[in-house]
Amino acid sequence: MARSTRRTLLGTWAGFVVILVWCLLPVAWILSLSFKSPEETGAGSPHFLPQTWTLQNYRDILSNDDFLYALRNSFAIAIIATVLSVIFATLAAYAIARLEFRGKRLVLSLALAIAMFPVVSLISPLFDMWRHFHLFNTWPGLIIPYMTFTLPLAIWTLSAFFREIPWEMEQAAQVDGATPWQAFRKVIVPLAAPGVFTAAILTFFFAWNEFALAISLTSTTSARTVPAQMSFFVGSDPFNPPYGQLATASVIVTVPIVIIVLLFQRKIVAGLTSGAVKG
Amino acid sequence: MTTTVATAATPRKRQSSDRVAAENRLGLKLVAPAVIVMLVVTAWPMVQALYLSLYRYRLTTPDDRSFVGLRNYGTILTDSLFWRDTLNTVIIMLVSVAVELVIGFAFAMVMHRVIFARGIIRTSILIPYGIITVVSAFAWQFAFSVNNGFVNSWFAWLPGIQTGADATNWFGHHWPAMFAIIVSEVWKTTPFMSLLLLAGLSQVSEDMLEAAQVDGATWWQRLRKVILPNMRAAIMVAVLFRALDAFRIFDNIYVMTRGAQNTESSSFLTYRQVIEQFQLGLGSALSVLLFLTVLLLAFGIVKLFRVDLARARGEA
Repeated sequence: MARSTRRTLLGTWAGFVVILVWCLLPVAWILSLSFKSPEETGAGSPHFLPQTWTLQNYRDILSNDDFLYALRNSFAIAIIATVLSVIFATLAAYAIARLEFRGKRLVLSLALAIAMFPVVSLISPLFDMWRHFHLFNTWPGLIIPYMTFTLPLAIWTLSAFFREIPWEMEQAAQVDGATPWQAFRKVIVPLAAPGVFTAAILTFFFAWNEFALAISLTSTTSARTVPAQMSFFVGSDPFNPPYGQLATASVIVTVPIVIIVLLFQRKIVAGLTSGAVKG
Repeated sequence: MTTTVATAATPRKRQSSDRVAAENRLGLKLVAPAVIVMLVVTAWPMVQALYLSLYRYRLTTPDDRSFVGLRNYGTILTDSLFWRDTLNTVIIMLVSVAVELVIGFAFAMVMHRVIFARGIIRTSILIPYGIITVVSAFAWQFAFSVNNGFVNSWFAWLPGIQTGADATNWFGHHWPAMFAIIVSEVWKTTPFMSLLLLAGLSQVSEDMLEAAQVDGATWWQRLRKVILPNMRAAIMVAVLFRALDAFRIFDNIYVMTRGAQNTESSSFLTYRQVIEQFQLGLGSALSVLLFLTVLLLAFGIVKLFRVDLARARGEA
């Protein structure tokens, strides 16, 4: 018995190390590449770590206007889409969690269907429609579909969270003399905020990551997001892409993700699993 | 509800039915914005795609637009390229979901057991989940690169992998390129799988596991007879979501091979027809077919797992 527990512990330790290596190795690789000089990658360098460390790639990319525009577009589009999606989803999730109304199941099924929708099949009709509506190559042209495709996830996550809220507390506060607005603001908002926040993080991840629509519905840096812009980073030699530059751009777009993960890891895990397991 | 209305004799009853109606109205009002947005941005374009798919319509020659009925579908379904790309997509989906299910389950077991450094493990598993797919694709493309990658030099001891002058060119042949694409897909999406499985795993009762252990069940028996049957719902959700997601694979292929060496997926083919060839008619037909395939796949997986569930119950 004692031997088997020791073996399990050893196995768990080994598993722990394997998970860490598996998850972080490619990240370390990209980070290491971003410090390699163009000469080193140009000549071909099979080493994992740079032979000579340089910050040249960072200097180059941060003075590259196309990349900076793309970064601005990415932030603006992802944040606006997130805010809109979370507002619509909060209204819908409140109704689903608290009210009895006809068509509730229909709304949830529609959300499920849209979560499974192949985004690429919208490229052809949206490409055609957006040109007519003058939405092609604009921020709203991407915000509208991003908002739509994140609604299902946001609605599920939020309705799962809202179901757990002890709503009686609102009435209890009113009995204690609070006005309805006070009861809502002081009791319900603090209870609902973590759920709303979690939904916002998951939505932001989606919009930050989206690629297929970003390359199809934009044509210049006025609306192109970072993932799309990165796929256009082709140097002079198509067989030898600018490794260092691409790695540096990768590191920069990953920084916000790492910060969010470090700060809100518990919330993200709770959000991912609550929406899927209970929903 | 309707019976209350029919026999609305007492005032109290009428009041409650009014409340029901008011709640109903408020509910509909609150879900309306989300429902309208979802329908307008997906259903309407899909109808538009259905309409366009019946035309010969190429943006380079817009005046040449003419109604061709179902001929676009005929062209696609008799083209070997469409079937080859569908096969590629199915292979990528099956292999990556199967591999992820195994790795993800192992990860979930470890995370379930770990009592130290939970924050560290959670952070490191969420980084691949949050990272942009394009970045994951670049990272792995460079890792497998002939002259700048570490895979060749680290794994040169394996048969078939070489460094130096005739180094293994992973993107020069069909299967190695498919392998690289699948690795990047698996790396990026295993965290999602393992977190869903972890949630399922934590719902398996410890008492039941202990009882099985006391009764002398081996580790393998406990896994097969206690853990897996109790996690069936979580596994189904994880497989359903990941399979549909893997079937839509696009970003990795675009970045890593652009469809070279016959690594094109259904999504990539659709994209290429519309955006690169400006074939709106043919592209729309491909869009409709892609949509129908995903629908069929979702239906198939749900059905398949129900059958499995029934059989498992029969066994027990």
